[in-house]
Amino acid sequence: MNALAFYLLSAAAIFSTLMAISRRELIHAVVYLVLSFFSLALIFFMMGAPLIAALEVLIYAGAIMVLFLFIVMMLEMGAAKIPLTPFRKVWGPAVVIAAVIFFSMAILFFGTPQTAVSPMTAFVSPRRFGQALYTKYYLAVEAVSLLLLFALVGALYLGKRDNNP
Amino acid sequence: MNSCAPWLIIIIKAFLILFVTLTLAAYMVLAERKLLARMQDRYGPNRVGPFGLLQPLADVIKLITKEDILPTQADKFIYLIAPGVVAGTVLLTFAVVPFGAPVKIDGVTVQMPVIDLNVGALYFLAMSSLGVYGVALAGWSSGSKYSLFGGIRGSAQMISYELSMGLALVPAVMLAGSFSLNDIVAAQSRVPFVVYSPLAFAIFLISVAAESRRIPFDLAEAENELVAGYHTEYSGMRFGLFYIGEYVNIIVLSALAVTFYLGGWHGPGPLWLSFFWFFLKAAVIAFFFIWMRATLPRLRYDQLMHLGWKFLVPLSLANVLLTGFLALMFHWRNV
Repeated sequence: MNALAFYLLSAAAIFSTLMAISRRELIHAVVYLVLSFFSLALIFFMMGAPLIAALEVLIYAGAIMVLFLFIVMMLEMGAAKIPLTPFRKVWGPAVVIAAVIFFSMAILFFGTPQTAVSPMTAFVSPRRFGQALYTKYYLAVEAVSLLLLFALVGALYLGKRDNNP
Repeated sequence: MNSCAPWLIIIIKAFLILFVTLTLAAYMVLAERKLLARMQDRYGPNRVGPFGLLQPLADVIKLITKEDILPTQADKFIYLIAPGVVAGTVLLTFAVVPFGAPVKIDGVTVQMPVIDLNVGALYFLAMSSLGVYGVALAGWSSGSKYSLFGGIRGSAQMISYELSMGLALVPAVMLAGSFSLNDIVAAQSRVPFVVYSPLAFAIFLISVAAESRRIPFDLAEAENELVAGYHTEYSGMRFGLFYIGEYVNIIVLSALAVTFYLGGWHGPGPLWLSFFWFFLKAAVIAFFFIWMRATLPRLRYDQLMHLGWKFLVPLSLANVLLTGFLALMFHWRNV
């Protein structure tokens, strides 16, 4: 039952991601990407991580993609008439990167595991997660929030209308 | 047989909630029309059945038998699913609402929410942020300028007020020490959280009113500017889904206001009265929304954004600090 649900959700995630990167109409791409995030969130939930699932929907599907959708709607770009990637110019690096990823994954799949014990699944309550985040990893949290603050100030500066040049 | 019992209970609960909520939503429409009429010195619907009680039935029959029009300019697929997104996300939110005390059936304790997520509060916020898609996509896919304006206004408004709504939930989560709605209700067994943080309750109510896109926050469908906003082009039952979605939304948001700040199903008397207490509290909040609609004029769009970003968000941030400080000072955590 769980395995069936997992494969169905994985298929949905892969299919919607493929659709998202191949659509010409930007709004359709956004909708498919949201669908992909949603299937990922359900997979997280099935694996016993409801917090990650909720954050995935809340932040990626609910906040970031809404802003994408909003901007696409505001700009009224519509469907692209020309191919979005000038295929002939950029396919070299893409193939190199794809080959590297493919071979490293193949090595991982077919190599013998380095450890004898398989890693344990840990079920952690949101409370424990929060405590770890703000005690053990506080430096990383602060660094990321500073980065976001800089981005915010930068966006504010760029977006400010020049009233008196 | 025993192993499938939990599934069976979940399915029964889901069906019951669906049935009760949709019926309540239909009667919510009638209640609003009646109350609005009374507040405006009219009678309201009183022809179908005694006191107009069968009016919702007549409305549904009318909506179902109307033609389902697809505009030529519409983006077919998205146009067809957008109403479902609006109604679906709202109905799904009900899965985590504990609308009564746990009931013992045949020795098994049945919790009232369909699923008691340990991230229930986040689940509610996630669902309401998905609801934005319904409005935005409906506006965009209709292929009409009025709808597009309505969709953009609606989504901008909902994104803005989600912030203050989420921040207004933080005090409740802090006081209960849990995201689970069951724990939040359990923590209010003696004193509801509204006593500890009345400001958060007020901010939550205002944000929720904006989130449900009703007067005085109905900029997304302002009929004198935008015909009917994002659902201008919809007809028949697809329009009905937007309509029902709006009223289910009022019910679910009232239920959540009760759960987070008014002590949930707790009340005097025996435990089986808990359903009644929950219903009564939620009905008072829902009445408040109707009352607000009859009383207040629509805000201007800049006033709406000003209220959200420059007033409610800073205020709710300050309130989070204040509640945290007071909770530490007076050891509120173990209320």
